[in-house]
Amino acid sequence: MRVYDVELTSRLLLGTAQYPSPAILTAAVEASGSEVVTVSLRREAAGGREGQAFWSLISSLGVRVLPNTAGCHSVKEAVTTAQMAREVFDTPWIKLEVIGETDTLCPDVFGLVEAARILSAEGFQVFPYTTEDLVTAERLLAAGCKVLMPWGAPIGTGLGLTNVYGLRSLRAHFPEVPLIVDAGLGLPSQAARAMELGFDAVLLNTAVAKAGDPAVMARAFALAVEAGLAARDADPMEPRDMAAPSTPVLGKAVLG
Amino acid sequence: MSDPKRVTVVGAGVAGLCAATVLRERGHQVEVIDRGPGPGRHACSWYAGGMLAPWCEGEMADEAVVRLGQTAVDWWAARVPEVSRRGTLVVAAPRDSAELTRFSRRTGSYEVLDTEGIATLEPDLAGRFSTALFFAKEAHLDPRAALTALVRRLRECGVAFHFDRAAEDHHPAGLLVDARGFAARDTLADLRGVKGEMLILRSTEITLMRPVRLVHPRHPLYVVPRGEGHYMLGATQIESEERGRVTARGIVDLLNAAYAIHPAFAEAEIVETGADVRPAFPDNLPRLRRRGRSYAINGLFRHGFLLAPACAEMLAETIADPSFTPEIMDEDYRERATA
Repeated sequence: MRVYDVELTSRLLLGTAQYPSPAILTAAVEASGSEVVTVSLRREAAGGREGQAFWSLISSLGVRVLPNTAGCHSVKEAVTTAQMAREVFDTPWIKLEVIGETDTLCPDVFGLVEAARILSAEGFQVFPYTTEDLVTAERLLAAGCKVLMPWGAPIGTGLGLTNVYGLRSLRAHFPEVPLIVDAGLGLPSQAARAMELGFDAVLLNTAVAKAGDPAVMARAFALAVEAGLAARDADPMEPRDMAAPSTPVLGKAVLG
Repeated sequence: MSDPKRVTVVGAGVAGLCAATVLRERGHQVEVIDRGPGPGRHACSWYAGGMLAPWCEGEMADEAVVRLGQTAVDWWAARVPEVSRRGTLVVAAPRDSAELTRFSRRTGSYEVLDTEGIATLEPDLAGRFSTALFFAKEAHLDPRAALTALVRRLRECGVAFHFDRAAEDHHPAGLLVDARGFAARDTLADLRGVKGEMLILRSTEITLMRPVRLVHPRHPLYVVPRGEGHYMLGATQIESEERGRVTARGIVDLLNAAYAIHPAFAEAEIVETGADVRPAFPDNLPRLRRRGRSYAINGLFRHGFLLAPACAEMLAETIADPSFTPEIMDEDYRERATA
C-alpha cells in the first residue's frame, strides 16, 4: 500500500492510547507488526511540551508516527493541534479528527473538509477520519486528501462494520484511493472482513489496548488483516444457494 | 538487630516515610530530609485517593500490584489510626453494564450485589444501580492524615526530620535512600510523569461509607469518603508531566461522573481542586535500585499507599542482606527488557 508516496507493508495501523502501561504498548506494537502508530496530542500537550516524555517513548518505538487531533471539536483546535504535531514529531502526516457530536464522537464532516483544506494548503499530508458518506469523500479529496479513513463504527464501540453497504460503495466509487477503516473494530474477524471488502488497511486502538492481553490481541489482528488481504487476492468463490459436493458422488459404490 | 546502620531517607512522600518507618522498626538510625517545608503539597501523595484496593487495581495493573498490595491494609492499620475496612463498591451506569462485566472478568475476590445488596451497604445508593461488585477485603485511609501520623510516629521514636533542605546540600555518612518521586528524574532516566487531577467536595445531602468506583468507557471515577461530609474525587490519568494546573475538562469529567453516581453531588461545595504527576517507569511498576551505598525507591505510579509498605519491606531486606534480590530490584527498564 502506498500512502503519500510511502510504501507500507503492514496493513494494520495501531493507536497508542489506553494501554495499561507504555511497556505493554511497546509489546503490542511489536506483536502487531505495524509500521505506523497514531498518537494524540490534544490532552497531553497542555498547550506546551508537557507530554514530551510519552512522545519520546512513542518516537523510540522505531515506527512511523501518525499524530492525530483526537479530542478536537473545532477547525481551529484541529489546525493548531496539527501544527504542534508537525513540530513535535517532525512529520507532515496528520490524522485529522474534528468531532461533531459528543455521544457518538461522529465526525463533523463540514469542519473536517475545511480543516483538511487549510492543512493541505499548509503542506500537511492529511488522513481524515470521516464517515462512509460519498459526497464528503469527494470533498475531502478535492480539499487535497490522498487517503480516506471511514469509520467502521463509532470510536471505541467495538461494533465492527455497521454499514457494510456504505463501505462497499465507498470502495466502489474510489477504486484508486487508499481507504483505511478507522475506528469501531472490536474483533479480528471484523478486520478480516474489512480487508475482504477491499479496504487497504485498518486502524484500531481500543480493541487491542483494552484486551486482557494487548500483545496477543495485536498479533490476532495482524493475522486477521493478513488473512483478509490474502483471501481477497486469491479471488474468493461466489456464494450460491445450491449445494455443490466437493467430491463427486457419481460412480460411488452403493451398497445395500 | 545485629547490624544497625545510619540511613538518610530523601523525600517525605509516602515512599520515603514508609521506608523510614520500616528501617526504624528494624533498628536502624534514620533521618529524613525533604526539600519542602513538611510532609505536604510538594509530594504527589498529598493528592492520592488513599484506597487500599489491590483487587480493584487488578483491572488494569500487573499481577504484582494485586499481590504486593495485599499486605498494605494490615500494614497501615498497625501504624496509623482510622484505616477504614469497609471494602470497595464498583458500579456502572446501565448503558455501561458491559464495562462492569469486563471489570469483573479482570478482577477477583468480590461478590456480586443486586439492588437490595447495594442498598444495605450504601442506603443513599438505593435504587440507583441494579448490579455492583463488592470487594469486601479492601480498605481506605485519608492520605494526609496517614502521612502526618507516620511523621509523628517516626519523631516519637527518634527519627530526625530536616525540611526545606535539598538532597545535594546534604552529605550523610551512612546509607542513602532516594525516595524523591518525580523529582528523581535527574538520576532515573526512564522515569516519567503521569498527570492526575482530583477534587474534594463537601456534601451534607449524601453519605457514602466506602470508596465507590464508577466504571465508564471514557471517564472512570472513584469517590473516597474523607469524613465530615468530605469526598475526594479522582483521578484523571494523562500522559503529561505538567504539575499543578487543574483543567476545566478534568474537573467537568470528574463532576459528570460523580453526578452519575448520585445527583446530590451537583449541589456539593467544591472545597479543593488539585493536580500533580505520579512518578512511573515504562511498565508502571515500582523499582528498587542499588548503586553502592545509595538506594532508590520510585515509580509507585498510582499505587503509592498500596505498594509503599511492600517496597519498604523489600528495601529493608536488601539492606540487611545484600545478596537478597527482591522482584522489584532491577537495572534500567531497557536493560531489564533485553535481559
